[in-house]
Amino acid sequence: MEQFVNYLASLPSAVAQGVIWGIMAIGVFITYKILDLADLTVDGTICTGAAVCATMMTLGFSMPVAMLCAFVAGMLAGFLTGVFHTSMGIPAILAGILTQLVLWSVNLKVMGIALDKTSAANLPLSSRNFDTLVSMLELEKTLVVLLIITIVLIGVLYWFFGTEYGCSLRSTGANLNMSRAQGINTNVAKVVGLVLSNGIVAFAGALLAQYQGNADINMGKGAIVIGLAAVIIGEALFGWLARHNFSLKLLSVIFGGIIYFIVYSTVIYLGLDSNYLKMLSAIVVAIFLAVPYWKGKYFSGAEHIEKRKHKKDKSGKEV
Amino acid sequence: MLKLNNVKKTFNPGTINEKKALCGIDLQLNPGDFVTVIGGNGAGKSTMLNAIAGVWPIDKGEIIIDGINVVKLPEHKRAKYVGRVFQDPMMGTSAPMEIQENLAIAARRGQRRTLRWSITKKEKQEFHELLKILGLGLEDRMTAKVGLLSGGQRQALTLLMATLKKPKLLLLDEHTAALDPKTAAKVLSITDKLIAENNLTALMVTHNMKDAIAHGNRLIMMNEGKIILDVRGEEKQKLTVESLIQKFSETSGKEFSNDRALLN
Repeated sequence: MEQFVNYLASLPSAVAQGVIWGIMAIGVFITYKILDLADLTVDGTICTGAAVCATMMTLGFSMPVAMLCAFVAGMLAGFLTGVFHTSMGIPAILAGILTQLVLWSVNLKVMGIALDKTSAANLPLSSRNFDTLVSMLELEKTLVVLLIITIVLIGVLYWFFGTEYGCSLRSTGANLNMSRAQGINTNVAKVVGLVLSNGIVAFAGALLAQYQGNADINMGKGAIVIGLAAVIIGEALFGWLARHNFSLKLLSVIFGGIIYFIVYSTVIYLGLDSNYLKMLSAIVVAIFLAVPYWKGKYFSGAEHIEKRKHKKDKSGKEV
Repeated sequence: MLKLNNVKKTFNPGTINEKKALCGIDLQLNPGDFVTVIGGNGAGKSTMLNAIAGVWPIDKGEIIIDGINVVKLPEHKRAKYVGRVFQDPMMGTSAPMEIQENLAIAARRGQRRTLRWSITKKEKQEFHELLKILGLGLEDRMTAKVGLLSGGQRQALTLLMATLKKPKLLLLDEHTAALDPKTAAKVLSITDKLIAENNLTALMVTHNMKDAIAHGNRLIMMNEGKIILDVRGEEKQKLTVESLIQKFSETSGKEFSNDRALLN
């Protein structure tokens, strides 16, 4: 019973974490869903955002300045991946991995600056010592702040992807040939998308560092999988609702993040060794990614429709 | 309007897959010329169109559109001058976007894309009128996703997009080849209409000899990367499929080898 109460008490924290990772997943959504690029930079970027934010605040900069710098640092990381990919012709996945490796060194160095060492793998950022925007010690305030950030972020992205320029990004992801034929510089569009995406991911990283009270070199491990999981869960559960509205699609990503972390808390409550969680996430994501492929491979569209017709025949409602 | 001077392109040079695709193409199009392009398999028809559109750089020669040498311009910059429709109906439109969003993107071809809203009220009305011209009922489905349309509808929409901002040159690369005969005829009549109404200069590759004869004011035939026949005006009107095949074997010394062309 006491365990169950603890579990219930942990849910608000799971929601907060879910929203932060959901914001990160919106970054993943931009590259994976809109631009059709699998960008692995994010595993490094989330820590870059955290490291830059924590370092700046330790050095005495104010929280808004630190978060802005984290956002810009993320954009630079995205730019690097974009240049690797478009100007140097490196496949997107490899370009992301290369930047991720670059960021590993950068992150260690950045956190070192705060501690006056050559490098550091961890940097504390407790809300007891700093004026943080979010914190696991002040959950109510944190949830309100995250709600506002989510609304503003979705609003801004809804506007951006509705503009002439935003539309050229969307068409680049959908059809490169058509986009070039209509005069869109698809390489620039891809770089802009990567910059925007990684800026958002780093911003989420800055939030995460403040929330958990430290920046850690390992905090981004598997971030892409959590991001994809949030995108996929959101789409699977709310896709039917959000089909026609872009802002609802983004919102469903946030809900995907929340559900991911609620499930996470639940399986821990049920007694699963938490070391298995990353493996489980990877398997779940792999299966969800496989579903559309299997559908296409083993059920042709025509058969599918035939089957549906057949079902209706049996029920006798419609022939 | 268009001038090709000694345009050459070899794919995979220096390998066993070396293919001399364009062997010195010279061609001049006057404003308002509607030229149909025919030829056997691998004659270089599509390659010529891709060279003009800038899909890849050419090895040698000049491509001049309306007095501007575009050889050094990348594909997306040439789009300012060139409207294109592809053979694959999926290639010319963006499936997850709405019909009106696709048109709005096409309406900004050759312009800077800003942070203004992507489509204005006035444009929506204009698009509504333009879609009526197609006669496919698309004007009532402007917010439908293009992915829901049939191949013929998508080609018609691509045509409209290619001509929405009047291009200096319209490139049609076997744009009816993937359609059933009835739809192909419909798309061709829309093509004629749009070219005539906008007084466009156009190059249309087709595998259908009858279409090549029936449409346009000039016909060129290609073989092995060269233009081997250039007929215009009255002489073109007198052409028949038989006379074309005969002319082909006369000039190339070979049998015409495009089954698709002969079966039509």
